[in-house]
Amino acid sequence: MANITVDGTCCKGCNICLTVCPKGIFVKSRKRNTYGTNMPAVENAEACVGCRMCERLCPDGAIDVDTEGDK
Amino acid sequence: MNKLYEKYIKKESLPTLFCPGCGNGIIQRAAMEAIEMNGCKEETACVSGIGCSSWIPCYLQLDVIHTMHGRALPFAEGLKLAQPDKKIMVFTGDGDCVAIGGNHLLHAAARNIDLTVVMVNNNIYGMTGGQKSPTTPLEAKTKTSPYGCIDMPMDACGLVMTLGASYVARWTTAHPVQLTRSIAEGMNHKGFAFIEVLSQCPVQAGKNVWGEKDPAKIMDLYKKYTYMTKTGEVDPAGARSASAIEGKLPIGVFRNDPDAPEYLEKVEAKLAECGIR
Repeated sequence: MANITVDGTCCKGCNICLTVCPKGIFVKSRKRNTYGTNMPAVENAEACVGCRMCERLCPDGAIDVDTEGDK
Repeated sequence: MNKLYEKYIKKESLPTLFCPGCGNGIIQRAAMEAIEMNGCKEETACVSGIGCSSWIPCYLQLDVIHTMHGRALPFAEGLKLAQPDKKIMVFTGDGDCVAIGGNHLLHAAARNIDLTVVMVNNNIYGMTGGQKSPTTPLEAKTKTSPYGCIDMPMDACGLVMTLGASYVARWTTAHPVQLTRSIAEGMNHKGFAFIEVLSQCPVQAGKNVWGEKDPAKIMDLYKKYTYMTKTGEVDPAGARSASAIEGKLPIGVFRNDPDAPEYLEKVEAKLAECGIR
């Protein structure tokens, strides 16, 4: 099970992560980041397979995927 | 914040000036990961010109020179000659590298000097408001080509290959794993490594070239309008059917020649031949 966090101070609300996750873990939400745009919410994080495409394709480094193997 | 970002980014200069969804951030992350893979953070120095893409290294905790418009390559060549043990990365855009700095690109490629050039190609002049650049596709309506672009777009990879660059690759922001591997290979390569990255500009190119302002959809278009080639393939277009490549750009590592003579080695050999060193 991975611990996925989205940093609201880095996120600019471009919504790339909503389309690149193969499991559809990121969903639209009404939560605002510090820029005032909508940032994604993390749902159903236990489905994460750890491909890290969201980390690689986030242009602002807001997403951090922490799997158990990292420690 | 991402763990890799915490290690490499200057936190006091955040946020970056890139628009939401800009491909520069993806390339920045790929460059960080390539440096991490090679374990050469202390030996790396970056040079950049002017343009949105040239701000990429300015947020990294590395030695950086932010130079004049189009003149990143001459500065980088000078730095390489003065500090031959450093790994020099050059971040430059399509307008910076092919338009105003085109002459410098030709000469750096012909010398085959040991640099890693990452050319961020967003098909338009993004920072100045959406004018036509040398790589704008045909029929694209921009601020300076309101009835559709009539100039053939330049192929920067083909250009440097004819001049003798020994590592040439083209990737898009939709292929981040391959891009990271290419940058890491280019940094270890002895000779001129030229990596062109097709990068989305959702604000200017999205409005003028693609007709689509969602960055994720432009990345899907990049996957749709490119086809994969193998390293060293002689005639990638001829080997495929006309319908499979129509209107598409080849991507992949086009050339990887580690035996090509490198400029600094030639300088040392000439000095030894003349009895100076």
